[in-house]
Amino acid sequence: MSVKPIAEDQPANFTWTAESEAEVAKFIARYPEGRQASAVIPLLDIAQRQHENWIPMAAIDAIAERLDMARIRVMEVATFYTMFNLAPVGEWFLQACTTTPCWLRGSNQVMKCLKDKLGLDNHGRTVDGRFSLLEVECLGVCANAPVLQVNDDVYEDLDYDQTARLIEALQKGEAPAVGSMTGRQGSMSQDGPTSLVSLKDSDGVPPWFAERQAAGGGDD
Amino acid sequence: MLKDNDRIFTNLYGWFDWTLAGARKRGDWSNTKELLQMSPEDIVEVMKASGLRGRGGAGFPTGLKWSFMPKEVKEKPHYLVVNADESEPGTCKDREIMRHDPHKLVEGCLVAGYAMRASAAYIYIRGEFYNEAQRLQAAIDQAYDAGLIGKNACGSGYDFEVYLHRGAGAYICGEETALLESLEGKKGQPRLKPPFPAGVGLYGCPTTVNNVESIAVAPTILRRGAEWFAGLGRPKNTGPKIFSISGHVNNPCNVEEELGIPLRELIDKHAGGVIGGWDNLLAVIPGGASVPLLPKSTCDEILMDFDSLRDVRSGLGTAAVIVMNKQTDVVKAIARLSYFYKHESCGQCTPCREGTGWMWRVMERMVRGEADEDEIDVLEEVTRQVEGHTICALGDAAAWPIQGLIRHFRPEMERRMVARRAGQPVFPTAQAAE
Repeated sequence: MSVKPIAEDQPANFTWTAESEAEVAKFIARYPEGRQASAVIPLLDIAQRQHENWIPMAAIDAIAERLDMARIRVMEVATFYTMFNLAPVGEWFLQACTTTPCWLRGSNQVMKCLKDKLGLDNHGRTVDGRFSLLEVECLGVCANAPVLQVNDDVYEDLDYDQTARLIEALQKGEAPAVGSMTGRQGSMSQDGPTSLVSLKDSDGVPPWFAERQAAGGGDD
Repeated sequence: MLKDNDRIFTNLYGWFDWTLAGARKRGDWSNTKELLQMSPEDIVEVMKASGLRGRGGAGFPTGLKWSFMPKEVKEKPHYLVVNADESEPGTCKDREIMRHDPHKLVEGCLVAGYAMRASAAYIYIRGEFYNEAQRLQAAIDQAYDAGLIGKNACGSGYDFEVYLHRGAGAYICGEETALLESLEGKKGQPRLKPPFPAGVGLYGCPTTVNNVESIAVAPTILRRGAEWFAGLGRPKNTGPKIFSISGHVNNPCNVEEELGIPLRELIDKHAGGVIGGWDNLLAVIPGGASVPLLPKSTCDEILMDFDSLRDVRSGLGTAAVIVMNKQTDVVKAIARLSYFYKHESCGQCTPCREGTGWMWRVMERMVRGEADEDEIDVLEEVTRQVEGHTICALGDAAAWPIQGLIRHFRPEMERRMVARRAGQPVFPTAQAAE
């Protein structure tokens, strides 16, 4: 269960933008009639994206009303899941994974760099409001550890220096190319591929399929 | 070593076009209509004969699971739910499928859904996989536009919808009934079983929950035949599988290999070996954070499949291999996992809610050597009190890594206590990776 702060200063109202409204309708339509509560996570996400990456209480009310849910049910969901922020976060919201696979590869160095460069500890936010940091559990990118999520994007294969390079770029308002900071392709071995090499020149078409096609196995 | 011709995920590295055009070229969607002319029973029989065991951790036979669905649709629709909530520490394979080979998953949803007479599939993807969700949604849209899914899918006369649902950060939602609760718009707290989802699942309707990889391999199994798949790997542990190799190896990576590959071959051939060489290996967690670690002596010979790893009191889990060399503070490594389980406990069952926190706090003392030797026995006893006493397997998953540590590294835990009492440093290098 996540423990998260709730902002003391709350806006009085929350209104969906036209863009959000369209998204809301699209998501509600994905679930059977009478099951619109299924859309609570998507709607919380839409609200958060509309409102500077955090969800005010007025939005909780708007969602409860839209989905015909009790307010407390929406609050339960908003507090249960770690990705929902109920208080302001930085313009660059940093989520550092420190679970064992990242820790083994040096996530402490990433945390140290964030402390040195930005003065941030876990749950911290810079005075100018530009950066905030949350230590999170496994992000599912373990073969590219350690990793740092910046808003929606994950930066991979970090060490102290690469983290510093990333932060300096963000400070200038330039987000580097998403993915490996060492330029590695996906989660392929950094010394080059150890599998699939024979398919590299055939666009990944496996021989069994090429043979089947040559023998007349057609497309639909 | 697995031949490239027998690899299912030929775009694992993302070298090629992930869109429908590229996927078609590689064989996906090539004769789907033909596959849908098989009866659902026949598809289930092929899946059973292939020996495919679920790729999400438990290793339950996939065909058998599908066969639990009711044989006819009554007043309630059937659902396929795909578990893409990949959150088990060490595991990062489904992400590669969804961003590089998304059409294998979408096509898999259609054939699996057809085999269980489902009207729709919901793919529940972890919220942090934002870019992967965008990619997967694009693939779903392409399949709709081409008439491959939706009304009269592939011209088969069968109607089938595929919906993507993003989670919002909760490891427990990888547990199938917690996932269903979450999909229904609630906190992700597991349900008591029985009733099992095949009887009472999503919205109270018959439902089967499968891992991404299990679903994504289904079309290839149907195309190439059960014998082909069953001919790879070892008896009862058949087929290829994506292994995620992380931790102290020279080249961490994902790779598709045959089940039953020796662990040492997997690490040496694909991951560039252990940092400092094989003799510098301390231990390996072979199947994601939830399974007990293996000491080097076991790693020397062990084969990577469900039954071989069960025989050494560990498990294949998700085939996420976490390698630790001799510079690792192994007590700290496991203590960090204890923190993970404390953080991710949903709070529903008392033994887990209270036990995970208690175990983590004691583990932190073990890291510093601030304990007496007999407290190791108390800790072990508490793990036994948590294990098997909770609704879902998170309690077990929190207990097993600690049990593995005590089983294999008790002398190291005791050494710290002695060192601390003597006023000596407890662990010479303070941080594994520094």
